[in-house]
Amino acid sequence: MIQPLSQSRKAWGVLMKTLCFISIAIVTVLTGFMLVYVFYKGLPEITWQLLSTSPSYLKHTIGILPDIMNTIYVVIATLVMVLPIGVGAAIYLNEYAKNRRIVELIEFAAETLSGIPSIIYGLVGMLVFCQFLGLQTSLLAGSMTLVVMNLPTILRTTQEALKTVPQGYREGAFALGAGKWRVIRTVVLPSCINGIVTGCILAVGRILGESAALLFTTGFAHNLNGFFEGLRSSGATLTVALYVYAKEQGEFEVAYAIAAILMVLTILINIATTVMGRIMERRNGQ
Amino acid sequence: MNVKKVKEDTIHFIFLILGLIAVGSVLVITIYLVISGLPAIREIGLVDFLFGTRWASTSAQPEYGILPFILTSIYGTAGAIVIGVPIGFFAAVYLAKMAPRKVCQVMELCIGVLAGIPSVVYGLVGMLILIPAIMAIFDVPDGASLLAAIVVLAVMILPSVINVSLTSLQAVPREYEEASLALGATWTETCFKVTVPAARSGIFTAIVLGIGRAIGEAMAVMMVAGNVANMPSLFQSVRFLTTAVASEMSYSSGLQRQALFSIALVLFFFIMLINATLLVIKKRSQSL
Repeated sequence: MIQPLSQSRKAWGVLMKTLCFISIAIVTVLTGFMLVYVFYKGLPEITWQLLSTSPSYLKHTIGILPDIMNTIYVVIATLVMVLPIGVGAAIYLNEYAKNRRIVELIEFAAETLSGIPSIIYGLVGMLVFCQFLGLQTSLLAGSMTLVVMNLPTILRTTQEALKTVPQGYREGAFALGAGKWRVIRTVVLPSCINGIVTGCILAVGRILGESAALLFTTGFAHNLNGFFEGLRSSGATLTVALYVYAKEQGEFEVAYAIAAILMVLTILINIATTVMGRIMERRNGQ
Repeated sequence: MNVKKVKEDTIHFIFLILGLIAVGSVLVITIYLVISGLPAIREIGLVDFLFGTRWASTSAQPEYGILPFILTSIYGTAGAIVIGVPIGFFAAVYLAKMAPRKVCQVMELCIGVLAGIPSVVYGLVGMLILIPAIMAIFDVPDGASLLAAIVVLAVMILPSVINVSLTSLQAVPREYEEASLALGATWTETCFKVTVPAARSGIFTAIVLGIGRAIGEAMAVMMVAGNVANMPSLFQSVRFLTTAVASEMSYSSGLQRQALFSIALVLFFFIMLINATLLVIKKRSQSL
């Protein structure tokens, strides 16, 4: 005979389920609210004039074109520097390293790096890149700070991807007489390109959202420059510009417009990572 | 043949160097923080610095006590954990064990977006929604307070708490749950009394990661906490360790500037403590 559940067990079950539902509802409402509110406030403020001009004191207008360009410069410069280092480090760990100690040391270092808050990166970046290396407050100094910050991300995603490359690929290539470097270049790297791309997307997301590390390293000028000129000079990225406009100047309309742009980019990056994840799953499933 | 070997060895060496850059970065960060942080501590005195209750860096007779910042950071983080972790935990259990597939996929995207929103955007929304709300609800003169910071931090740690807990809950072997169900436990009981305990090291990791994120967050907190160096109190304007560094950096000089680096060193010490805890959890769960 099946005994019915006792009252207290039933009540406990209902309580736990309710807590689960409430929690998930809170998360959903929160996400919905953030999206709707920022878009509602920000999208109407985005005008062509805002997107296509520099701020002008004479005309009393604010334009965020320089900030957009600075953000793009920082993303490009950071990726160009962090990719070889991160991918190289992952290749070393997965393909070359034989000493367990060194592997553990590097992995420990990467984990430590990913736990350090961005404000500390900003501070040390200022000391090392701006002052010690003499780069001054510049986009280049900011990019170099972001390189160190994003190194663990690229390293980890590449490493994960390298692990999924079947050993047989390497052995097949070795058997054909290829040297180690050639095997890595022509066989291993092409088969883990998806993982590297995912790492890049994640890194771009982090760079776009970063502000504390950039405040002291890139500064907050709003000048429109070319790429190499821009790297040498100080400039605000979109997030830093948002902070400056909202906190220091009280220009909330502009801040909301930037927030809406950042939100769109966040969503795009999320969709991109999800798509990449699906592609990788399909390939590994085969 | 020899040329080929030299080439391969050179490439091996290059990759080794690339691998060691991460190690070098950690060393440089540590060394720089210690070198630039120690002089001020030595000048002010460790006890006066850590336990002094007054921070007046710009007054005629400057005082550099950072106890308000330390306590604010601890209270703020604790508050965020108390609010954020239960919500994140229950949401993760729901997503891992009870939700239909479709809901899971939608929520995954939601959480991804929540995790990706830049901290300045949280700060902005906090500034313009949360602060007025606190002023209206609690009838206080200024809403920029510890409470506002706690709420913003709780929201910001949610995605990482959910994601890490979710992964560990999903990794629990199906057999555990089946055995529990076969013994007559209900599904809810199985989830909370079998699956959750089995995934506890992952959930604990999630909490510690949440602490790390909360204590290290600067920009969002700077925008909502009001930034006055008070001893922490829920409805008062406060300053965290992170915001103490950020807010005075641009115009500081001399001992004041050195003291800011010392604050960063203290923050770094907290972060290292958290990293060490994570390492211990990882080692323990591996040895089980």
